[in-house]
Amino acid sequence: MAHARDALLSSDIDEYLRVHEHKSLLRFITCGSVDDGKSTLIGRLLYESHLVFEDHLAALEVDSRQVGTQGGDLDFALLVDGLAAEREQGITIDVAYRFFSTERRKFIVADTPGHEQYTRNMVTGASTADVAVILIDARKGVLTQTRRHSFLVSLLGIDQVVVAVNKLDLVGYDEAVFDAIEADYRAFATELGIREITCIPMSALRGDNVVEPSPNTPWYAGPTLIEHLETVAIDAREADAPFRLPVQWVNRPDLDFRGFSGQIVGGRVRRGDAVRALPSGRTSTVSRLVTFDGDLDEGVAGQSVTVVLDDEIDVSRGDVLCADDAPADVADQFEAHVVWMHDDEMLPGRPYLMKLGTQTVGVTFSAPKYTVNVNTLEHLAARTLRLNEIGVCALATDRPVVFDPYADNRDLGGFVVIDRVTNATVGAGLVHFALRRSKNISWQRLDVTADARAALNGHRGGVVWLTGLSGSGKSTLANLTERRLHALGIHTFLLDGDNVRHGLNHDLGFTDADRVENIRRVAEVAALMADAGLVVLVSFISPFRAERELARKVVGPTRFVEVFVDTPLDVAEQRDPKGLYARARRGEIANFTGIDSPYE
Amino acid sequence: MTAPLTHLQRLEAESIQIMREAVAESERPVMLYSIGKDSSVMLRLAQKAFHPSVPPFPLLHVDTTWKFRAMYELREQAAADAGMELLVHQNPDCLAQGIDPFTHGSAVHTDMWKTEGLKQALDKWGFDAAFGGARRDEEKSRAKERVFSIRSAQHRWDPKQQRPELWRTYNVRRSVGETMRVFPLSNWTELDIWQYIHLEDIAIVPLYLAAPRPVVERNGTLIMVDDARMPLASGEMPEMRSVRFRTLGCYPLTGAVESEADTLPAVIQEMLLTTTSERQGRMIDFDSSGSMEKKKQEGYF
Ligand SMILES: Nc1nc2c(ncn2[C@@H]2O[C@H](COP(=O)(O)OP(=O)(O)O)[C@@H](O)[C@H]2O)c(=O)[nH]1
Repeated sequence: MAHARDALLSSDIDEYLRVHEHKSLLRFITCGSVDDGKSTLIGRLLYESHLVFEDHLAALEVDSRQVGTQGGDLDFALLVDGLAAEREQGITIDVAYRFFSTERRKFIVADTPGHEQYTRNMVTGASTADVAVILIDARKGVLTQTRRHSFLVSLLGIDQVVVAVNKLDLVGYDEAVFDAIEADYRAFATELGIREITCIPMSALRGDNVVEPSPNTPWYAGPTLIEHLETVAIDAREADAPFRLPVQWVNRPDLDFRGFSGQIVGGRVRRGDAVRALPSGRTSTVSRLVTFDGDLDEGVAGQSVTVVLDDEIDVSRGDVLCADDAPADVADQFEAHVVWMHDDEMLPGRPYLMKLGTQTVGVTFSAPKYTVNVNTLEHLAARTLRLNEIGVCALATDRPVVFDPYADNRDLGGFVVIDRVTNATVGAGLVHFALRRSKNISWQRLDVTADARAALNGHRGGVVWLTGLSGSGKSTLANLTERRLHALGIHTFLLDGDNVRHGLNHDLGFTDADRVENIRRVAEVAALMADAGLVVLVSFISPFRAERELARKVVGPTRFVEVFVDTPLDVAEQRDPKGLYARARRGEIANFTGIDSPYE
Repeated sequence: MTAPLTHLQRLEAESIQIMREAVAESERPVMLYSIGKDSSVMLRLAQKAFHPSVPPFPLLHVDTTWKFRAMYELREQAAADAGMELLVHQNPDCLAQGIDPFTHGSAVHTDMWKTEGLKQALDKWGFDAAFGGARRDEEKSRAKERVFSIRSAQHRWDPKQQRPELWRTYNVRRSVGETMRVFPLSNWTELDIWQYIHLEDIAIVPLYLAAPRPVVERNGTLIMVDDARMPLASGEMPEMRSVRFRTLGCYPLTGAVESEADTLPAVIQEMLLTTTSERQGRMIDFDSSGSMEKKKQEGYF
């Protein structure tokens, strides 16, 4: 590619620019285990497309002589490796993006390390890729890692895979080796639903079949890696999907103009098309497609536009404009693949935020139906999700969400999970389908209402939630308060953490997941009692802010009072009414709040 | 049927999406405007993102008083053309102490004027999101930079707090006091920038094109004598040479390259044919290895 380009570049720069202005853009991800030759391959691609500058090249020559593995020849891996400084700084989420181009295409390569944190990194890199290049060392063939990479690639919806059978120079460019690996790979990859597989015999180091067809593989008639990447079809799926535009921003420069700005993430839209705004379901007609460069007749997937509608229907950020005859789905309960990306495990029942398209909503997860062993694809039982684990979960949102199944539309089927307290991105998910439970179970209509019960009781129901360290005085306060309330003729009930653990929650232990479930059950019971008209006093250590938030949500904020019994740790420890602190200090009780588990 | 989108159309659409997302989810956004070619492209993209509205944020120039005169001229013009408010901040401590690159050295100069100046400006106006024109292709260590980069209340960049970015679904949430830097040009390369400027006919500082200019040679670098503040060694005489600049900053710290390329296509041609990396002309990188990384942690961007 380099030579043809140089000729035009030096002879006719204007023509050269015209050619390059009409390039398309392909994003791909490279996957390989350590030492499969990934860095060497990327380094070579950069080098061949003349993106390595002379000063870098000079440095590379020096480095190659000093630390290279190629006996003084250029070691391309050094072009992309050698970020030791970064590694020392503890950057753990490492997806590097690199760029090169040919006359036909610009390429963005997501380069993910094969080893540590592979799931999180690969999922991140694959989320924006059109194509995956999976490297296999010809001497080793299809390995466990190859399966893992292929599974993650297919999970993220990449259905075009290039298998680069690398280091063929080390097996004497043997056709039989290549054929065996290709057969092996196809056998299991078809199961994963990967639509298109292209296997290429290669030596990244020597340059065989990377850019130029290799004289060493006369038996191979297929494309070189670059030829393939230059011609593989892109955008088709996005463009053929039904029209979708998640509204990012309402554009109102003055009273006469009101447009909805966003990027088209599916299909196409023309002036005059009927569209439906979800979740409201209102319909309207597109009157203008506004851009800085003038109005468009048609907008296609990938473009950022501003849509003006015929009538003044109410649309705001988070809404999705859809083709009227093929609208997206709206639901508040889903099944999804969830990939956990944080050191703190996912806790079923704990409230998180999720962002899908331009919508941000509250979400809780059920315990996983199962997790997937990414190496064997086995399904395993699990109660939580830990860092780099992938599970299938049911999830419930606190508002209806506009979505498409991930298989149909990545942008409206993929979501990120955000911790409510730290705002960190802790996970990502891929929606399979809506669980229709929210529509199937309608509430039993009740004739005797909360109001009616309150009238009979002479007061409303509610929940007073006492939280604080063990020994802080919660039970004492709850007891005294209940006596006073009782004396005033108020219907009360006291729920004590320790007592509940003997009955309703006797099956729960003290892991984080069990603590959340413990709280959830108590909150639900308290809510029912409050419905019944009682004033419920709950005495519960409840050390995690998120769990108290959960209780508040379950009960309803208007009838929930949180009381923090603010006794300092040393005072509580001195009291130690049940001798628990002493035991925790001796290491006999694990996860004891205040000692080796935090109170938030 | 519409033709498939070109790579520049895709990059443009992506940058617009990023800017809209940042604006929708922040209270006081600002665009860091350095008057260079990347800033010029970023400004045009902002106009495109919010048209027919004027971009709903001001431009901020963290000034060092040592920029090329031609840059100050374009600064006023570009802001006026876009109809945007232009804020200029000059670190008052630097003004008081008269910090300059000649007596204090480039490291102190850059740190005090730019790094400290930027933090002061962000605090002064209470900005919670700042657009910057950095690109991932600029150097090896930027290849992993996020599009949305979270900074502590002290403007520090903590590599461990950076978030994975999937699809185009950016987590833009911040805790109280935290701010973010947003890099809409992350996926653009130097060539993309030049092509876009050419295609869109975007105004750039004329210094990018070759012309006869007065320069002196120091340590193998050609420095333009842009005003009388430049101290000349005895016997040192500025000479007129045909030069242009690949990157623009403070004139005493920015090396020129000898060139006859006085049109944009010629510059692009030269850039593609003679291949030394862009940052070579930017002296801050030479101070110490990994210095970009360090500057970032200190809040340079
Ligand atoms: N013989 C041969 N060696 C290769 C080839 N590709 C890579 N290597 C070598 O394999 C080793 C690991 O390569 P590297 O690119 O660092 O692997 P990475 O860990 O996947 O990035 C290095 O010593 C490379 O020089 C190839 O096609 N043939």
